[in-house]
Amino acid sequence: MRHDDPHGDFELAAPDPRAARRPAAGHAPCVACRAGRVSADGYCENCGHKQPRERDHMEQERGRAVAAVSDRGLRHHRNEDAFAVSTAALPDGSTAVVAIVCDGVSSASRPDDASAAAARAADASLRAALPLGTDPRQAMHDAIVAASDAVNALADEPPGDGSGGFGHDAHRHRNAPACTLVGAVAAHGHLVVGWVGDSRAYWVPDDRATPAARLTEDDSWAAQMVAAGLMGEAEAYADERAHAITGWLGADAYELEPHTAVFRPDRPGVVVVCTDGLWNYAESAGDMARVLPADAAEHPLHCARVLVGHALDGGGHDNVTVAVVPFAAPEPGAVSA
Amino acid sequence: MANFSKSSVPRFSVEVYQNEYLPEGGSEVHAVVTVGATGGGTTGGVPLPAAARRSPHRRSPAQGDAAHDQRAQGDGAADAADGPGRGTAVVLMVDCSGSMEYPPTKMRHARDATAAAIDTLRDGVRFAVVAGTHLAREAYPGGGRLATAGARTRAEAKEALRRLAPGGGTAIGTWLRLADRLLAASGAAIRHGVLLTDGRNEHEAPQDLRAALDACAGRFTCDARGVGTDWEVAEVTGVASALLGTADIVADPAGLSADFTRMMEHAMGKEVPDVALRLWTPVGAEIVFVKQVAPAVEDLTGRRTEAGPRAGDYPTGSWGDESRDYHLCVRVPPAGLGQEMLAARVSLVRPDPAGGLPETLGQGLVRAVWTADTAASTSINPQVAHYTGQAELAHVIQEGLEARKSGDLYGATARLGRAVQLAAASGNTDTAKLLSKVVDVVDAATGTVRLKAKVADADEMTLETRSTKTVRVNRTHMKKP
Repeated sequence: MRHDDPHGDFELAAPDPRAARRPAAGHAPCVACRAGRVSADGYCENCGHKQPRERDHMEQERGRAVAAVSDRGLRHHRNEDAFAVSTAALPDGSTAVVAIVCDGVSSASRPDDASAAAARAADASLRAALPLGTDPRQAMHDAIVAASDAVNALADEPPGDGSGGFGHDAHRHRNAPACTLVGAVAAHGHLVVGWVGDSRAYWVPDDRATPAARLTEDDSWAAQMVAAGLMGEAEAYADERAHAITGWLGADAYELEPHTAVFRPDRPGVVVVCTDGLWNYAESAGDMARVLPADAAEHPLHCARVLVGHALDGGGHDNVTVAVVPFAAPEPGAVSA
Repeated sequence: MANFSKSSVPRFSVEVYQNEYLPEGGSEVHAVVTVGATGGGTTGGVPLPAAARRSPHRRSPAQGDAAHDQRAQGDGAADAADGPGRGTAVVLMVDCSGSMEYPPTKMRHARDATAAAIDTLRDGVRFAVVAGTHLAREAYPGGGRLATAGARTRAEAKEALRRLAPGGGTAIGTWLRLADRLLAASGAAIRHGVLLTDGRNEHEAPQDLRAALDACAGRFTCDARGVGTDWEVAEVTGVASALLGTADIVADPAGLSADFTRMMEHAMGKEVPDVALRLWTPVGAEIVFVKQVAPAVEDLTGRRTEAGPRAGDYPTGSWGDESRDYHLCVRVPPAGLGQEMLAARVSLVRPDPAGGLPETLGQGLVRAVWTADTAASTSINPQVAHYTGQAELAHVIQEGLEARKSGDLYGATARLGRAVQLAAASGNTDTAKLLSKVVDVVDAATGTVRLKAKVADADEMTLETRSTKTVRVNRTHMKKP
């Protein structure tokens, strides 16, 4: 998605280790058989294996302010997740940190395009609004609406990935592109989260003796059943419909209901913003806290890699994407939550 | 999908239709490859008036100066060499065996048909007529040469046809070998034969015909026609199959002239000779089959010639403005979920007459992608499904007719019933019509049929000869994404 960015201002702070390994056409040997040359179109001339695509594994960091990692996982043929991380200067001279994570809906067409468009649009919207002094919660709401518009616009476009042309994804063409979105903004000692769908944000304090918390409420069948008091949590999540999402961005959505919430943590910690490819392997806030390295605040990129590794070790059944946002302790005298 | 051809030759397009998704452990990849050639300056089979043929706008760039020079050296008849016919040589093989005498109109129709074919030759095309019996004789022009089509040579050739008298046996292999000698001597780029027979190949052993076909394969293309009903379908279709031409029955000799005219128009439209379908497959892969599936089924699997590491060429003959479909099946070593592999690189190649590297006219990719998404891996591409059905249709007709001949009425009913069902379901109305002359259709949808008690030889032979003809997928049902 870096090269998709029309503004070209997505600096790649850390080199993607897989990209570095990827052989240039005709030079380095194939990553699969180590014997064949790689043709110009990315296939090994010996074993035929497609060389890894950039999007299969993406990493990005903004100094120590925020970092994100996205991986195709071990079972899916492409990465349909996307993320955007950035910082924005606020009018008072302080810095806001933005992290957006999106998960393309596989049963719809072009889920990879949908998630990339949504993450890009939400990030751009926040980076434009926050420096103007827009209330972060309002800015988050507007960013979700902008992301929704961007995904809706895809429904009218021809596919742009060129990966298969006519007949590609033929079984999916009935549904307009769609994705989930979860975003976090850290600004002025406030933590704003916004979401649609079942991608999540968790709060994990640096002091692991204090409890971690999930900051989002899934738009999912199971969550709705529990919220309506129709089922217990265990029963609802055991149902095969549990993970069916009830809210998403895309032209097929009945109506857009962006959720936003504001938190004012009274101690330092990190915000984990992720797709279900991660949280399926660390569902409760406590589990998430246990897999999160202790030095998460100092090394967010390393921390994001560890979390993705946790999901891959667990089976990597889905694409895995996580952004890690360290949250500094509020200034003494600041209002506590 | 890709279009790499130079502007100086017909543009070849290669499109691949497949479901690239495989389940975990899946290894069999199917694809239908549509190859189209357009813009080569051919007329789609309609001969142009002489004036138009000489217009500079009609001058086809398909044959370069090299072809021109070669031809000029060949027989010194370069004066007529302007137009797409240049560089083409045709040998007409006419059965003159004793059986052509009865009914007496048969020889006359064969003469008329050959004359009509000669009239359809473009000016400048080199041609010869071979009179075929138990041996082959040059009926026109003789001396191991070919004539150059023009007003004078056409008249001479037709005069020579009038002198053809039936008498003797039938040894088709000898006709083909003579045609091969004549065509090879011509030096023409596009070398084509037309063979007309009315009887069985009785005066040479089957292995002699086989050996002649093996010797001629890849050296010229040949259409074959059986006239009347006393010939062997397998012999005529065997000639066309081996030499990448068409086969048909002309049960009523009166229909020969029209058929020969059409056939020759088609031959005159050919512009690019000796095109091969080149398949590259990855290490460990196995090509299960390669079939032409439109306009007719032709299994090419056994005709591979190696063409470098992991690549092989399958002959497709010569091309004019036309489109053909190929169904290929490749077995690849399964890779892990999420992995993508190139199962085959399909290209159209033309050898360089000067002996250099072959020219790639077009290319397409057949991919394999392993996924846990069962909705993706279980869906069957509509083109693949359609041609799987068309190939089965040809197969069950041949089996059904074989069963009928051998007295296995139960087997014949079952297979021809299945054929009726497949023909109806796929919209192959021509084949459905031919089937209805051999069986009484009770219910096409379920394939319920009764064998007709009496079937005309011509109807049975027509069905057998045309059993491999296919129809294309009705693409109006297929939505572009």
